[in-house]
Amino acid sequence: MTVLKTFSAFALGSMLAGSAFAGEIVLNSDQSDPAPKKAMEELIADFQAKNPGITVKWNNFDHEGYKSAIRNFLTADAPDVAAWYAGNRMEPFVKAGLFEDVSDVWQANGLDEQLKSASASMTIDGKKWGVPYTYYQWGIYYRADIFKDKGIEPPKTWAELLAACEKLKAAGITPFAIGTKALWPTGGWFDYLDLRVNGYEFHMDLTSGKVPYTDPKVKAVFDKWAELVKPGYFLENHAALDWQDAIPQFVQGKAAMYLMGNFAVAPMKDGGLKEDQIGFLQFPEITAGLPMAEEAPTDTFHIPSGAKNKEDAKKFLAYLASPEAQAKMNATLGQLPVNNKAAKPSDKFLDAGFTMLSKAYALAQFYDRDAPADMAKAGMEGFQEFMVKPDKVDDILAKLEKVRARVYK
Amino acid sequence: MMSNGSTASGFWKRNQRQWAPWLFLAPGILMFLVYVILPIFQSIWISFEDWDGLGPKTWIGFGNYIELFQDEAFYTSLWNNILWLVLYLLAVPAGLAIALFLNQTVAGIRLYKSLFFFPFVISQVVVGLIFTWFYAPDFGLLSTLIKTLTGTEIAVLADERYVTYGIIAAGLWPQIAYCMILYLTGLNNINPEQIEAGRMDGARGFRLFWNIVLPQLRPATFIALVVTVIGALRSFDLVSVMTAGGPYGSSRVLSFYMYEQALSEYGYRMGYGAAIAVVLFVIMMVFISIFLVRMFRQERNS
Repeated sequence: MTVLKTFSAFALGSMLAGSAFAGEIVLNSDQSDPAPKKAMEELIADFQAKNPGITVKWNNFDHEGYKSAIRNFLTADAPDVAAWYAGNRMEPFVKAGLFEDVSDVWQANGLDEQLKSASASMTIDGKKWGVPYTYYQWGIYYRADIFKDKGIEPPKTWAELLAACEKLKAAGITPFAIGTKALWPTGGWFDYLDLRVNGYEFHMDLTSGKVPYTDPKVKAVFDKWAELVKPGYFLENHAALDWQDAIPQFVQGKAAMYLMGNFAVAPMKDGGLKEDQIGFLQFPEITAGLPMAEEAPTDTFHIPSGAKNKEDAKKFLAYLASPEAQAKMNATLGQLPVNNKAAKPSDKFLDAGFTMLSKAYALAQFYDRDAPADMAKAGMEGFQEFMVKPDKVDDILAKLEKVRARVYK
Repeated sequence: MMSNGSTASGFWKRNQRQWAPWLFLAPGILMFLVYVILPIFQSIWISFEDWDGLGPKTWIGFGNYIELFQDEAFYTSLWNNILWLVLYLLAVPAGLAIALFLNQTVAGIRLYKSLFFFPFVISQVVVGLIFTWFYAPDFGLLSTLIKTLTGTEIAVLADERYVTYGIIAAGLWPQIAYCMILYLTGLNNINPEQIEAGRMDGARGFRLFWNIVLPQLRPATFIALVVTVIGALRSFDLVSVMTAGGPYGSSRVLSFYMYEQALSEYGYRMGYGAAIAVVLFVIMMVFISIFLVRMFRQERNS
């Protein structure tokens, strides 16, 4: 009953956007946090300075509300440029014909070369559907001082990781901080375990629905995971915590490692940790000799097919892709530029991330962007259940297989 | 010209009594049709379709319902809804007990009454947040208390065994206050002569309450039951604020499941969501019809 009511409320909201004049582009995005907001303001100011005839009308949305709003404004009153995400997350809009093919922008500006690392995740049916401008690495952040104190070397293999966990646990420190209340932090674990146990190709086949969840290779991933869950290497009560709630445990030294995106460094420092107390390590190798793929969620801009001023919108995307724009923007964001010609930011963790990602075999976008939305939801719920009740793994996988059969028919 | 005008006003004069009420009702009826009745039928229509809210709709008949009845998550939500319904009704006797307790003339009783009424005034979202902190492992009041008493810690909202009860307890807090206020106003209208007569006949204590006071509180009890049952069935805000249906979907209720499927970040299965809404609507209709029948009967009797 309430479905339609909510709909009409959204439709009203999206009427605020839209209706551009010649020489004006309307841009909808969700940079509601301070740093992204500032980066966006700078980007728009610089773009306008370089293109005197064009003004940008920016509608900044709340981050969470944007995810529902975009569905309405794309169909009802499309802006000229809209923010979204790479990978399968943009597929529904591409398939519904709501995004414009921007392969020409890529060709004209040599982006196939400069944005190479994100090229695959921007391609659907052999065409490019948007321009990526920032990404960040995932990996294990660890307490360098605790590791030193307990005589632990940063682990490079699975066996070393298990040994480190055992040592920490024996010293009364929980090896891994995690908060799974919002579900998505479990996705990082599954992705990395799958990428390391079965490799990138298998992971992509799984997230695009070509492999059943009951496959023994998927089971193998959970077997490895169980080696951490069963001995209690994760924070107890993680299902009651948000990812930020687990940070104090890490800061107080009650937990020593945290598999997270680079955005976790800022709250760790705010909590009182000094830069040399935090270390970064690549997720260790599990299946020996498997090429290492990494997790690097990418943020993007797109041109809706209903845009009124596509010509100027393409100029904007071209500018957004340029090395100067990406370098400046990411310096403010504290993230990595996608353009490989852009100057990289000078920060210990970004530097480590940049080195890791530039050697990466391939980049995954994160479970909830690589897998379609309803699969991702069920999947991450299953991962959370597994982390509480590891013995139910077969039930959980059977349940996920049922969802897979429905989602990708 | 003249004759035309006079026939028009003649028509109006003749039918004025018949038409005037409808004219006054028209704006309200129109709104009700457009925003309540029509969406109900549209929802039922959508529940027979497969639709992501963007692309074309496909008619799949009872497909959504067949899937729904094989869906474990649906039964979890349904079971939780039943739990809500049963346990939420505790608010009625609890509210009555507090109302009886507060129905005395002591200095400052108005202040106590408003303090007891306080939880109903604050928003459900705030209630949810307060209880989330109350239950929070490590620093929450309840978990600290349990830890000092038993030595082990229970994270109520992360444990599938306790989570729904934890949320219902949070919901009872404002609901008891609401029932209390209904009973307090009811107690004001009690006929003192009847109580006097009862006392003379030797009734006291519980018998006086049960046979003399409670029957006079009937209208208050009726309203308290109606709002509590409806409140239990549409419980959504607390679930959404406190757990978002977790851990792994074990505290979901139907209204939240519908929202998740149809409108949340990971959903957009409009047809499936609409099917859940229809099921919820049918359950609600059962209660609403019972209440309506009772109300009509009372009106006829009086």
